[in-house]
Amino acid sequence: MHELVTIELSVNGVARSLLIEPRETLAEVLRDRLGLTGTKVSCDAQVCGACTVLVDGLAMSACTYLAVDADGRAVRTVEGLATDGVLAPVQQAFVDKAAFQCGFCTSGMLMAATALLEDNPTPTREEVVRGLEGNICRCTGYVPIVEAVLAASRAGDAAGAARIEQGSENSGGAR
Amino acid sequence: MATDVLGAPVKRVEDPRFISGKGRYLDDIKLPGMAHLAILRSPYAHANIRSIDTSAAKAAPGVVAVITGADIPYNPLPMAWPAGGASGIQNNVNTPRALATDSVKWTGEGVAAVVAETAAQAVDALELIQVEWEPLPAVTDAEKALADGAPQLHENAPNNRVFDWQVGDRAATDAAFAGAEVVVSQRLVNHRLIPNPMEVRGDIGWYNPGTDEYTIWMSSQTPHIQRLLLAAFVMGVPEQKIRCISPDVGGAFGSKIYCYADMALSLFASRLVGGRPVKWVETRRESFGSTIHGRDHITYVDVAATRQGEVKGLRVRTLANLGGRLSTIGPGIPTTLYGRILSGPYKIPAVHCEVTGVYTNTTFVDAYRGAGRPEATYVVERAMDLVADELGIDPAEVRRRNFLPPDAFPYDNPSGLLTAVNGSKLYIDSGNYEPAMDKALAMAGYADMAARKAEARARGKLLGVGLSTYIEVCGVAPSKWIGAVGEGWGAAMWESSNIKVHLTGKVVVTMGTQPQGQGHETTFAQIVSHELGVPMEDIVVQHSDTQGTPFGYGSYGSRTSNVGTGAAVKAAAKIRDKARRYAAHMLEANVDDIEVEGAEYRVKGSPDKKKTLQEIAFALDLAFDTPPGMEPYLDETAYHDTDNCTFPFGTHIAVVEVDEETGNTELVRYVAVDDVGKKINPMIVDGQLHGGIAQGVGQALWEEAVYDDDGQLLSGSLLDYALPRAEWLPSFELDETVTPSPVNPLGVKGVGEAGCIASTAAVANAVNDALSPLGIRHLDMPFTAQKVWSAIQSAKGGQA
Repeated sequence: MHELVTIELSVNGVARSLLIEPRETLAEVLRDRLGLTGTKVSCDAQVCGACTVLVDGLAMSACTYLAVDADGRAVRTVEGLATDGVLAPVQQAFVDKAAFQCGFCTSGMLMAATALLEDNPTPTREEVVRGLEGNICRCTGYVPIVEAVLAASRAGDAAGAARIEQGSENSGGAR
Repeated sequence: MATDVLGAPVKRVEDPRFISGKGRYLDDIKLPGMAHLAILRSPYAHANIRSIDTSAAKAAPGVVAVITGADIPYNPLPMAWPAGGASGIQNNVNTPRALATDSVKWTGEGVAAVVAETAAQAVDALELIQVEWEPLPAVTDAEKALADGAPQLHENAPNNRVFDWQVGDRAATDAAFAGAEVVVSQRLVNHRLIPNPMEVRGDIGWYNPGTDEYTIWMSSQTPHIQRLLLAAFVMGVPEQKIRCISPDVGGAFGSKIYCYADMALSLFASRLVGGRPVKWVETRRESFGSTIHGRDHITYVDVAATRQGEVKGLRVRTLANLGGRLSTIGPGIPTTLYGRILSGPYKIPAVHCEVTGVYTNTTFVDAYRGAGRPEATYVVERAMDLVADELGIDPAEVRRRNFLPPDAFPYDNPSGLLTAVNGSKLYIDSGNYEPAMDKALAMAGYADMAARKAEARARGKLLGVGLSTYIEVCGVAPSKWIGAVGEGWGAAMWESSNIKVHLTGKVVVTMGTQPQGQGHETTFAQIVSHELGVPMEDIVVQHSDTQGTPFGYGSYGSRTSNVGTGAAVKAAAKIRDKARRYAAHMLEANVDDIEVEGAEYRVKGSPDKKKTLQEIAFALDLAFDTPPGMEPYLDETAYHDTDNCTFPFGTHIAVVEVDEETGNTELVRYVAVDDVGKKINPMIVDGQLHGGIAQGVGQALWEEAVYDDDGQLLSGSLLDYALPRAEWLPSFELDETVTPSPVNPLGVKGVGEAGCIASTAAVANAVNDALSPLGIRHLDMPFTAQKVWSAIQSAKGGQA
């Protein structure tokens, strides 16, 4: 048996204290210890983005992120996106634009898009595409996904939407 | 009255759970007391197993059991679709066992398994299993495997031949070539692909020692078929003792149709450990070797044409690499689903095709999105461009001169669709090819391409445009044809639907079909809402559990729209008919006087005398007052066997720019006009097209399974195997024509594979067009920068 260690972290705003094996990944802890199975493991090699979660606001691959490294940090998953049962704008946009089919990549896409939009609320198409470069979808291609992220950005920032529609320079956010 | 939602882009019933991370896929299921299984896989592509020592693994922490092939009764997995089996063609069949015993035929074949308390402990213990190997020479290429002196895989398959199959009219084809004005020939490689659905495969086997029954959750497209195959061929237990359940399936693309060793292994393991549930989920790296691959054809094509570009004959010889052993329907894909549609949308009078199936030391090959049809489309669409290139005629014009005219349907094609031993025929049901092509040409600005090429060249880019005027074959059917055609397909091809209208008026529809992301819970609800006048929110669609759904063949081959919808429409008609008879009883009227509008059943001429479907269901389900002979409950089942396949078609146009300096190829525009008949939900149709196009583009530009000469899979992870990404693709421009299919009640055709069938050839034609100014006539896919750069250097006479 491996030696167990204690980590303390916030998951979707709830403080958690967990006794884990040092080798456990964040994905394993979220899925197996906390029952948050919305985070999906697919490539197991940090190249497909299905397991993307936010750690202190940054998009991370939970499949290769050791849970001990999340000690003291704030983790957000797909389960934390909706508020009181109301979908976040990016979730609603994915539904409106039919941006998913089997749903397996969707959680990671949503988290990558959330990180992108929090960093840059009014991205151009090019910036959205670059923001999703770490996420693979096999069912839907990417056109509806990119459109959904753009729609979510507009829903969240009308002024930005106006700028994008006029084709003027984008502010670029705080990158 | 409910709004008619048939044909409307309604939001999907599935969306709320998938958008919130609450889909329940195989690995999300945890059962009490569940143990975990891991499989030791062969590091060699070809080797004999001298011995396996499991003693150290058995003593490892957390290990519950260690299993080798010797522990499992000899029940090789079934192979259900020999090539021309009933026509007397020899199929030298070798299929995998649950675990290999004597030898392995590819890297990744399972040789031992560990059951442990945790998945990590199971994987740790695998390293303690000692296998004494006797490595053998390997061969991975189909052409090399057939050559004299090649390593031999199986005693019953001399020269590694699985079968020699042919279709079409050899004499007529020879005559066409004898009198041909122009003959064009080319060797074409349709390289091997790895399906890579985002959810890998997995199973949970659960044996019940009390009842001697087995339950298995599986990430599968075909739970009913798996129950049949596991019972009849693998587990040695009767069918009623096995229950198969597919939870939410995270994509499949054909890779989850088959009977896999791990299914039997998880059930066997659960029984071995006293009935604890046993879960196995493959890793992505494991998936690359142990889940089927697709394509892998080497084809020699000859085209006979007139100087005006009319194609008079097509001669095709294909070597189909089927891997080290045969998958469930492996031989059927490069034969029936390929050779029989080689003439595509064209009036080519003479076609002959020979296919040799070949064993190599590679992962087994089976149906991957499109399954035979992308390979056939690639051959005939490259052939059209090669003819155009040879004659100096525009590729669109060559296609126009060869299209079947709209009055040609129903059309018996010469490449063998009509072949049947009992007179049962398949025909191309409908088509109107020129309007779709003209629309796509206009959208793409095809007339201006010369100017755009010149403009690109000035920027150092070679611009190419490629057409693919494809047809698809949806819903391989009917059963009498597939059974009679002499192809040996060991199953029927109908579908089933049960509809119950409960006391409350709520409707439960159970289907034999099995979605993997296509939104069946939405589309079937739309259909039943349309048929019964019940609002969609009062309808639930259930599927994917052999306990509680009628037998069905599952979903693949774009068959659900053509076959499954027919079953639902029929079951609804039966419900309507019984409701009408009972309404007559309730309203004390003659049944012939009951008219139905939506969910209202009323007496003609007396609009006040009416009952709703809910009122009828309430009374009939309670059955306090039923007429003599009428059974209680609104509960009807229908089976539907379509009369024919459907044949969607369209024109896809790809525009690429090749960097002359680096060889990098960029897809800059993509236009698609598809005719999939009537649409149940256009939003879902568009999704299928977008995904299919991206997948086909992936084959043309990036994806390739690469083995070294020893049979090691070099492209064995997603770090090495390039799936399409958002930044590599432009926005696709989609449009449609609508030619309803006459073969099913809704006029629908199917769309699951169309994008993938069309787009590979369109991009390949575009890249070859881009390279043609350099004198390059044909380059095989995938068009990686290194390959294209080398070709450019060779063409320029430099050192590649």
